[in-house]
Amino acid sequence: MTSTNEQPTTEYVTVQVGDHLFGLPISRVQDVFVPDHLTRVPLAPPEVAGILNLRGRVVTSIDMRSCLDFPPREPGAQAMAVGIECRGESYGLLVDSVGEVIALSDDDCEGKPANLDSRLSRVAVGVYRLEGRLLIVLDVDRMLDIKSGAVAA
Amino acid sequence: MDDLLREFLIETNESLDVVDVELVRFEQEPDNAKILDNVFRLVHTIKGTCGFLGLPRLETLAHAAETLMSRFRDGSMPVSGEAVTLILSTIDRIKDILSELERHQREPEGIDTDLIRSLEQMVEHGTAAHAAPDGGAVASRRPEGAADETPAPGAARQAVQDRGGSGGSGGDASSPEKEGDGTPDHTVAGTSIRVSVDTLESLMTMISELVLTRNQLLDIVRRHGESEFKVPLQRLSNVTAELQDGVMRTRMQPIGKAWQKLPRIVRDLAAELGKDLELEMHGADTELDRQVLERIKDPLAHMVRNSADHGLESAAERIAAGKPEKGTIRLSAYHEGGHIIIGVADDGRGLDTARIREKALALGLATEAGLEKMSEAQVHNFIFAPGFSTARTVTSVSGRGVGMDVVRNNIDQIGGSIDVQSVRGRGLSFTIKIPLTLAIVSALIVEASGERFAIPQLAVVELVRVNANSEHRIEHIKDAAVLRLRHELLPLVCLGNVLKLREDRAIPDKGFIVVMRVGAQTFGVMVDSVFHTEEIVVKPMASKLRRIGMFSGNTILGDGSVILILDPNGVLQALGASSSAAFEAQAGTVDDERTDDEEKTSLLVFRAGSPQLKAVPLSLVTRLEEIDCRMIEVSNGRQMVQYRGHLMPLMHFGDDAPAKRDGVQPLLVCSDGERSVGFAVDEIVDIVQEKLDIQVTSERAGALGSAIVRGQATEVVDIGHFLPLAYADWFRRADVVTRGRQPALLLVDDSAFFRSMLVPVLKAAGYAVTAVAGGYEALAFLKQGRSVDVLVTDIDMPDMDGFTLAEAVRDEPRFQDIPIIALSSINSPEAIERGRRVGFHDYVAKFDRQSLIAALKEQTSGAIQAA
Repeated sequence: MTSTNEQPTTEYVTVQVGDHLFGLPISRVQDVFVPDHLTRVPLAPPEVAGILNLRGRVVTSIDMRSCLDFPPREPGAQAMAVGIECRGESYGLLVDSVGEVIALSDDDCEGKPANLDSRLSRVAVGVYRLEGRLLIVLDVDRMLDIKSGAVAA
Repeated sequence: MDDLLREFLIETNESLDVVDVELVRFEQEPDNAKILDNVFRLVHTIKGTCGFLGLPRLETLAHAAETLMSRFRDGSMPVSGEAVTLILSTIDRIKDILSELERHQREPEGIDTDLIRSLEQMVEHGTAAHAAPDGGAVASRRPEGAADETPAPGAARQAVQDRGGSGGSGGDASSPEKEGDGTPDHTVAGTSIRVSVDTLESLMTMISELVLTRNQLLDIVRRHGESEFKVPLQRLSNVTAELQDGVMRTRMQPIGKAWQKLPRIVRDLAAELGKDLELEMHGADTELDRQVLERIKDPLAHMVRNSADHGLESAAERIAAGKPEKGTIRLSAYHEGGHIIIGVADDGRGLDTARIREKALALGLATEAGLEKMSEAQVHNFIFAPGFSTARTVTSVSGRGVGMDVVRNNIDQIGGSIDVQSVRGRGLSFTIKIPLTLAIVSALIVEASGERFAIPQLAVVELVRVNANSEHRIEHIKDAAVLRLRHELLPLVCLGNVLKLREDRAIPDKGFIVVMRVGAQTFGVMVDSVFHTEEIVVKPMASKLRRIGMFSGNTILGDGSVILILDPNGVLQALGASSSAAFEAQAGTVDDERTDDEEKTSLLVFRAGSPQLKAVPLSLVTRLEEIDCRMIEVSNGRQMVQYRGHLMPLMHFGDDAPAKRDGVQPLLVCSDGERSVGFAVDEIVDIVQEKLDIQVTSERAGALGSAIVRGQATEVVDIGHFLPLAYADWFRRADVVTRGRQPALLLVDDSAFFRSMLVPVLKAAGYAVTAVAGGYEALAFLKQGRSVDVLVTDIDMPDMDGFTLAEAVRDEPRFQDIPIIALSSINSPEAIERGRRVGFHDYVAKFDRQSLIAALKEQTSGAIQAA
């Protein structure tokens, strides 16, 4: 008896941050844009890269590298931003680059490996084994709650 | 929903809100016929409309309430607490039915025999029986009401129908009445119109867009110099400004609307809890945006409930504590610098810090060690943690532990902040600060360290340009930068430093200073450049950034760039001053009585050289002497007299006074150690105790100014001027060896007289003295990181008294051990005790120089040895 192949799938926007590939559920992604004219916010927590104007809305830019305690980007390297909405506020997650949108079957999602870095573990929902690479499914809300430098409890 | 029904619901709900407030007022003023008439009329109208719309249940209730009230009106029934409670319950029931009506478009099933019967009985027996004591909670409110929605059989239904019938005919009869009654209402109503909130919302958004676009155009035109666009654009700009103003006003509502339900709540709570409570409201007509108002209604009600339930003690406890029997809850509201400041204060028992610590430990919010290090104020902040309620018994009113954290969340969400202040036994005060968001404000654009910022125009007093040669120069009082502006010394702060945008701690000596005022505090903020003023749309800060405290929001400028809007309060805090709203519960009156006694000084009134009266603080005078004029010798052109084995120079106050040649010369002798100076006077007039209030300052050296003493204008002499004339090194004490480091002393006193008198004395005693005029300046100075070995402070100062200053200083870990010496004229045991509690090391009478020097020596001997 063949089961109907109606497996639930989710589409993910893939992004690269450092050596890691992340997937953001497309339902959470509003925008993808080039972060331009970032205004620095003095005294802000280090993960806040600044605020910018996106079509009349003020977007708070959060640098994923900073949140995950990765080394900073090479000077001159252009970051990309993924626009997220959280609790009614607009955020932009700064990543190294944005890849394609891929659809993955929910059943294939595996639990977090035990040896995953603690910071990554905090923001990961699960992982997918793609050909030769690991895609980490990002918990967007947890990502935005992170304060860089905080010791993982 | 049917338009008619919707209209009815809106109108009736509004009327019922008014009825609530008016009934509570009426209870307090039962003789006020106007209030009663008003209420009666409203209920009557409601009854009529209900009949007209075929809402029998509502009509019956309204009718019963109306009947009871007509008894009040014709005087056949005294106004009792019970009766009013009953009517209020009826109003509540009507409201319940109305909300059901709104949901299902028809009246809910059921009859209200419980209430109706009570109302009828009240009418029958009320005239006979006498008013029950107010405390009696006959409140047949929700709990009871919920029980009987079941239709009673037979007779009861018949009775209801009858009533319904009479109500119906009453309804018919009353509809023309309603029209009749209606017209006075309608003429008032005719001048206003209902607009849906959504319409206003979209109008507001469009106006914001218009403002931004106008800003962009202005920006472009500015860059293109002369252009034919300028004039029409100016016109457009004016029109936009007016439009914006008008739309904003439509959205603004007085905060009194949010407070409307509170008198009733307090009244009911008072009855329920058996306490005597009073609700004071100040600033009810302060306006704020409607949306914001909606969001704070519930938090405010919650805080008021808390005060009534947990904060305020029972009458017996209050009397035992020496407080007035009536507990007061005070609501206040006012505008300040682009925010609305709302206060909720009570004069109850305040927060129990010990219990909060226990609870914080129990909930795992802090460790023992952590709690040790916290100041009382920091511990108090725990009340905002989720699940935190220290109420021993959970009452139905509050104390379920879902309290202040929800309040804080609500306030956070609208971009506001809440602060708590508590004094055990005296009361509790909350201060809520909410930005007038969605507002378009005028802001000054400035630049500091390469970044641009907006400063709300409201807070800016003036702009001053400074450089090394300008009229206005930056001066340094012991490394604290100040600007001397006309007669004021303004503490300065460099914006780049405050925002940590620059490394160099020293304030540049050229730039622009934006003079700002927050409440009573004026200060200067140094920036690199000042651009122009722009109308900006304030957007709230993202929640992640709200805690920074320096910014009240951000905005998009005409050129599309995002800049941050400075919060003047935040900058003031960086200056070291706290700006939480003053604690204003009723108990404040106790303070006022105390201060009067403290300020009196003993003054010696005399005449010397002219008929004009002169005065000098008695404590500066060591002795009064009379010497034989023949004893006066002249040496080196100076008059001297042999006095107690030493030569004492004689001084005269008036320069043109002829010296006496014979007879007796009265002298005021001022001594310091072995040296004395005798001041020749013509006659000693009096010694009085007066408040030393120097009204007119003097330009002449030798006089501090004029004060009113014994009802007469009297010149207050400056002894400090004359003493060095007698001995050039009067103020340099022989026994002080300037060691490697002079101990640093910070003197705080609001009186220029005392400062100028004490500073030389202290310097002579070997201290490196910095003198400031008040608590805020002192804190600012300390926050600059200067080292201070000892703090000498006056107690009575406006803005911040010595006790508060000491507490604030002790809050800083750096200064926990700094010796603090208090100068005061009061030596009451309570004051001394309080002084000990806040950490004063010593308490010295204001004019007692000897004791002050001795106390200083004692306190700083450690420091000197360490040098």
